[in-house]
Amino acid sequence: MNSPRILEIRRSVLEKNDVLAQNLRARFTAAGVLVINLVSSPGAGKTALLEATLRHLRENGIGAAALVGDLATDNDAQRLARSGAPVRQIVTGGNCHLEADMIETHLADWGLALDSLDCLFIENVGNLVCPASYDLGEHLRVVLFSVTEGEDKPLKYPIIFNTADVAIITKIDLAAAVEFDRDAATAAIHAVHPGISILETSAKTGKGMSNWLDYLNTCRNSFALHRITP
Amino acid sequence: MHELSIAHSLVETASRAAQDAGVQQVQAVHLRLGALAGVVKEALLFSYDIAAEGTVLAGSRLEIEDIPVAIHCPNCAVTSTLASIQSFCCPLCGQPSADIRQGRELELVSLEVSDEQPTYP
Ligand SMILES: Nc1nc2c(ncn2[C@@H]2O[C@H](COP(=O)(O)OP(=O)(O)O)[C@@H](O)[C@H]2O)c(=O)[nH]1
Ligand SMILES: [Mg+2]
Ligand SMILES: [Zn+2]
Repeated sequence: MNSPRILEIRRSVLEKNDVLAQNLRARFTAAGVLVINLVSSPGAGKTALLEATLRHLRENGIGAAALVGDLATDNDAQRLARSGAPVRQIVTGGNCHLEADMIETHLADWGLALDSLDCLFIENVGNLVCPASYDLGEHLRVVLFSVTEGEDKPLKYPIIFNTADVAIITKIDLAAAVEFDRDAATAAIHAVHPGISILETSAKTGKGMSNWLDYLNTCRNSFALHRITP
Repeated sequence: MHELSIAHSLVETASRAAQDAGVQQVQAVHLRLGALAGVVKEALLFSYDIAAEGTVLAGSRLEIEDIPVAIHCPNCAVTSTLASIQSFCCPLCGQPSADIRQGRELELVSLEVSDEQPTYP
């Protein structure tokens, strides 16, 4: 009987995804495309915010496109395509999150000219857990949560809030109706991610949209955002 | 639930390393798991046995070392580990800090292996 010996390895289990994501990010940066990964629980309002955002960006001559992950349907892609922006669906077939290789494959099939774009949005699968572990090559990870979800949501899902670059409180038009406690929500977000920027939007009334669009514009202009691996 | 997919990546990486080193049998796999990695330990342990089936890792143990989050406090100029990931505040002075120094690890550290030794006459 041989005595066991230790074979040192020291490699990230997600190395393949991380390397792919870094290559994607380098490509996006070289092409001057700001890439934004939208994450939230199902129904928080990713598609609604994206519809309004795409419409507005197009009206202002900013080239924007969207990749949309969905477990099974292409409903969101159809909604987004009405904005006139190029939209492509990624049906994950039950996979609860997007991974960098899905982005790469779909970009290759899509034949989208990255050079002609300013912004590429990725709507992740509605899930506050799994998408946190997967870098998609984005410059900006945006976590959304709606006023109807409860102010303590960030404490229940600290990792996704911690790995995000900005948090958006959505459906702000419903705040009064659900007695939304803004201070409690802000405290919860800052408890798990001190200093993170918090925006408020309503895709319904347009409230807060200009702040969000300004934020995007600032990011596009600086491009100094180099995400650390989540 | 993405632990099964993580388990498959782990098994893939570990089997390749074992094969490259000419290892015939793996007794254990050592993993460092950060509190911010977004992976549930129990689910990963459960998924591991399924993912390892039919590979050189079949029947091996997965040993997970939990790595707490550590943040650096600019006030105290000290790096401390956090008891909870629901409050990113310096345990010494209470100052919030997002300067994370540890806790994102999902790292395959080492394999415990035994080599098939050649028999000499
Ligand atoms: N009142 C209100 N409802 C919204 C808002 N944004 C989204 N919704 C509604 O919330 C539901 C889910 O929105 P959707 O964009 O599909 O969420 P997703 O699953 O995150 O993409 C839909 O019924 C939307 O009409 C908002 O700003 N205000
Ligand atoms: Mg949607
Ligand atoms: Zn301190």
